[in-house]
Amino acid sequence: MTEPPAVPVMQARGLVKRYGHVTALDGADFDLMPGEVLAVIGDNGAGKTSLIKALTGAVQPDEGEILLGGEPIRFRDPLDARRRGIETVYQDLAVAASLDIASNMFLGREIRRPGPLGTIFRMLDHKRMREESARHMAELKIGLRSLTQPVESLSGGQRQGVAVARAVAWAQHVVVMDEPTAALGVKESGQVLDMIRRVRDRGLPVILISHNMPHVFEIADRIHVQRLGRRVAQLKPGDHEMAEVVAIMTGALRVDASDETVVADQGAARAIGLS
Amino acid sequence: MVALLVACVFFSLNNEQFLSGGNFSLIIQQVMVVGTLAIGQTLIILTAGIDLSNGAIMAFGGIVMAKLAADGVVPPLVAIALGLLVCAGFGAVNGLLVTAIPLPPFIVTLGMLNVVFALTHIFSGDQTVVNLPAPLTALGGTFAIGDTMVTYGSLLTILLFLIFAYLLSQTAWGRHVYALGNSPEVARLTGIRTGRLTVGVYTVAGLVYGIAALLLVSRTGVGDPQAGQTDNLDSITAVVLGGTSLFGGRGLVVGTLLGALIVGVFRNGLQLMGVPSIYQTLITGVLVILAVTVDQLSRRRIS
Repeated sequence: MTEPPAVPVMQARGLVKRYGHVTALDGADFDLMPGEVLAVIGDNGAGKTSLIKALTGAVQPDEGEILLGGEPIRFRDPLDARRRGIETVYQDLAVAASLDIASNMFLGREIRRPGPLGTIFRMLDHKRMREESARHMAELKIGLRSLTQPVESLSGGQRQGVAVARAVAWAQHVVVMDEPTAALGVKESGQVLDMIRRVRDRGLPVILISHNMPHVFEIADRIHVQRLGRRVAQLKPGDHEMAEVVAIMTGALRVDASDETVVADQGAARAIGLS
Repeated sequence: MVALLVACVFFSLNNEQFLSGGNFSLIIQQVMVVGTLAIGQTLIILTAGIDLSNGAIMAFGGIVMAKLAADGVVPPLVAIALGLLVCAGFGAVNGLLVTAIPLPPFIVTLGMLNVVFALTHIFSGDQTVVNLPAPLTALGGTFAIGDTMVTYGSLLTILLFLIFAYLLSQTAWGRHVYALGNSPEVARLTGIRTGRLTVGVYTVAGLVYGIAALLLVSRTGVGDPQAGQTDNLDSITAVVLGGTSLFGGRGLVVGTLLGALIVGVFRNGLQLMGVPSIYQTLITGVLVILAVTVDQLSRRRIS
């Protein structure tokens, strides 16, 4: 496979974020190419979460810059990032449980009725919101019997489907998914992975944060390995064994300048079955 | 709903007076003050809060209206407006303490209950205010539907229920109140300004308590510093009987109206049967526990 000569959708250069004595990000770089699913993996404390928070406006980096479509950009808060077309799906099924699907899809961005009913009486256009929700859900092939049932009556996978559909509906540039399958069973995880594929097929790049290596290998086009606050490798799943990637993540293997893996810690490498 | 119908059938079998239009009009008059307080309480409970200070705020608002108008400090209509404003102001202070510090609503409103109760007695000098000018008692006036006399106050209460049912179900503001009660974090992440929304809800609730104050003054014809001392708990009773979850995010203002009516029907029916009032209180207590039990059990079966 040859790299497409495209401008990265999103980049970060030399991000630093310190919390007191702790350096969460220590000069981290990041590149997201158009139309790809990029998995971000790393051990606990590797700075995965801080990196994603910086990219989605939840924290402001102390140093370094973020570029969106080649242009430097600073997000004041998550809302700011959302306005710029970066939508995030959070791991703990971030939907309002007692509201119906359409209300959740349009939460914070409701459509009002045209005319005085909307402008004076602030009446919502339930019908239009339902129709548009139905369209978005259908595009992601999320089968639901009714859009008027509260989301708490849905299965975990369907609920995550609502969250994904909402993100896709509003994202112009990037969809970020933070452990979207962590709370789900095997079958439901499969449904969410299918959804991620459909999002990519629509041309929207996806950043997937996951601990689940089989999922990462199943769906990612590229893998960003985060370790000790920086990016230590960018890999293609096809070029490497799962154990190798885990070894890089834990520091048993190192990737040198020519993209060859080098054993950094003999004992650790042997322990996970690499010779 | 079923409980209400069963109770009505039971009481009407016991006493032919119960079913008369006049008696129903009386029930509505008896529940309209607590019912109106319970509208504000519903809003706050929907955000997963609670308001223990609403009865006290209403009593203070009533005294402000009555005293300013009776003493002729300001014209009666201005006195009413000031009373409403004071109530909304106390609501806003509750909301600000809940969001800005932040403190648990239970603690904030418990403190406010004592503060406002004391202020009421200081401001009134422990005196009941009498000889109120006409505008303050206008809502106590009646008109006839058939041969049943209905007060304007009852009408206003029903209207308020309709307005808030509309706001909660048909506007973005209403959707956001539910979302906030479901999870403040989810609401914040979807771009809802949760702080502003919470202060808004408490302020609107305060304004509704002000209207309850006016209803109270017009019904009793006096400004009474002792008024409304158990109304905070009665309003919570109405909300809970109406099926609204104390954990927030679930419930309907129409349910609260039914809840208030259930309490009213029971008290009235038992009164007509000649049951002493202390037993009425006992039965109301059992009713609340029963209603919430049924609600919990039916919910468990669904999930």
